[in-house]
Amino acid sequence: MFPFSFEWIWDMGHMVFHGGLWYALTIIGLGMTYCVIKAVVDSSKGKGSHHH
Amino acid sequence: MDAALIPKGVKRCPIWKFMAGLTPVVLVLLWGIYAMLLCWLKGLNQTNMNNAYGFALWIWADLAVIALGGGAFFSGFLKYLVGKDELKNIINFAVLIGFICYSSALLILAIDIGQPLRGWFIFWHANVHSMLTEVAFCLTAYFFVLCIEYIPLVLENRQLDRVPFFHNLTHNMHEIMAVFAATGAFLSFFHQGSLGGVAGVLFGRPFGFREHILIWPFTFFLFTWSAAAYGPCFTILITRITEAVTGKKLVKDNVVWLLAKISGWMMLTYSIAKTADTIYWAAVTAPAKGFVLSDFYTSNALYGYWILVLEVGICGWLPALLLVFKKTRENRKLLWLAVILGVIGVSLNRWVMVLQVLAVPVMPFIKWILYYPSWQEVATTLLPVAYGIILVAFSYRYLPVFPQEAELNPIEPPKGEVAASESETTSVADAPEGELQPAQA
Repeated sequence: MFPFSFEWIWDMGHMVFHGGLWYALTIIGLGMTYCVIKAVVDSSKGKGSHHH
Repeated sequence: MDAALIPKGVKRCPIWKFMAGLTPVVLVLLWGIYAMLLCWLKGLNQTNMNNAYGFALWIWADLAVIALGGGAFFSGFLKYLVGKDELKNIINFAVLIGFICYSSALLILAIDIGQPLRGWFIFWHANVHSMLTEVAFCLTAYFFVLCIEYIPLVLENRQLDRVPFFHNLTHNMHEIMAVFAATGAFLSFFHQGSLGGVAGVLFGRPFGFREHILIWPFTFFLFTWSAAAYGPCFTILITRITEAVTGKKLVKDNVVWLLAKISGWMMLTYSIAKTADTIYWAAVTAPAKGFVLSDFYTSNALYGYWILVLEVGICGWLPALLLVFKKTRENRKLLWLAVILGVIGVSLNRWVMVLQVLAVPVMPFIKWILYYPSWQEVATTLLPVAYGIILVAFSYRYLPVFPQEAELNPIEPPKGEVAASESETTSVADAPEGELQPAQA
């Protein structure tokens, strides 16, 4: 649920529960995005190709 | 046939033998899938759940596998955050077991909710006053973390690792794995705790109800603690079983002993806390609600005092003491005994906190309500076990799960090859100095 959903209420329960969920998902998402982008850049520079 | 996929430096059985060994497991898997489809297509009337047992065998299995899978988050916490580097030799397997346990838990929940197509409701129409909402949030997010921890292991397969993108991705993921491990530990702390908290807040069921620290009942902390304590026991047990099945030593003793020692101290402190909690509950909390201890353990065919003694004493204190002392911990048989008792103990604790809670009468005119699972429930509970065995088997065969395996089990070249290489060496030695043989050239 997002704050713009019609069911959303600005109370402690919603903020803590959903804040925690989105906080964790953001860390996971950003972490994976960093890994994938860096892997693309590294591969384009020829890094890791000695394994062929 | 599949030699190109097998990790370097290790030996595996022929593919036909591997497949033949898995056949009985696949049959169990198919039986479980059939029961699962029955539950989805015909509904939850396929189970023996009723108004008294909204939680039944599945929820016990769910809580048990989540506790046993706790070895992944706790081993990750110890390796990446505390700095116990020796655990790098068992962390892959701990992650694999955690991945199996949590994917199994989600599968069981998908069957248990009856209408899996509405599974997303808990995220979108969340009841923010329910501990189970927190469990659903953290469980799902932590499963993503476990996927992230398992993916590098898959990409380290000999053929996949040849692809530069996969090789670089694995390297990058390893680099920031501590961030994921910390996130996993945070999520695990809350969902393990909230699973315990569910029983602890049931003020209408004095068998489960406990005193609180702020909003958290004691069971919140006991569940997190027990998962961290007994999860590594399960990791050690499955490692030992894998070693027995493969006939190989896969992890050095010092690594197992370190994990067993940490687990033992966690179990000992947990047992102290659990005993104190039980005494306080029996002497203060339950009497305040109008119950005495005998109300919970007599007048029924199944639940006697034996279950309390077995859970807290024989499967709590005993394995803890066996693992704490060096002499017993380093004895192979006693280590087996301790980890088996530990795994039974935590599973029994989850049984008591899910099913005995519902069996105990809460009114003077109500009798004990016992429950027997239907075959569909049993089959769908065995389904994740079969799935787990298959995933462990495939991962062991094709992925470098045990980094010490090659060192502990050096491959001797076949006799023909040894003789050939010896004669080659001799002929090279016999050749005139400075003259290169064809192979050298």
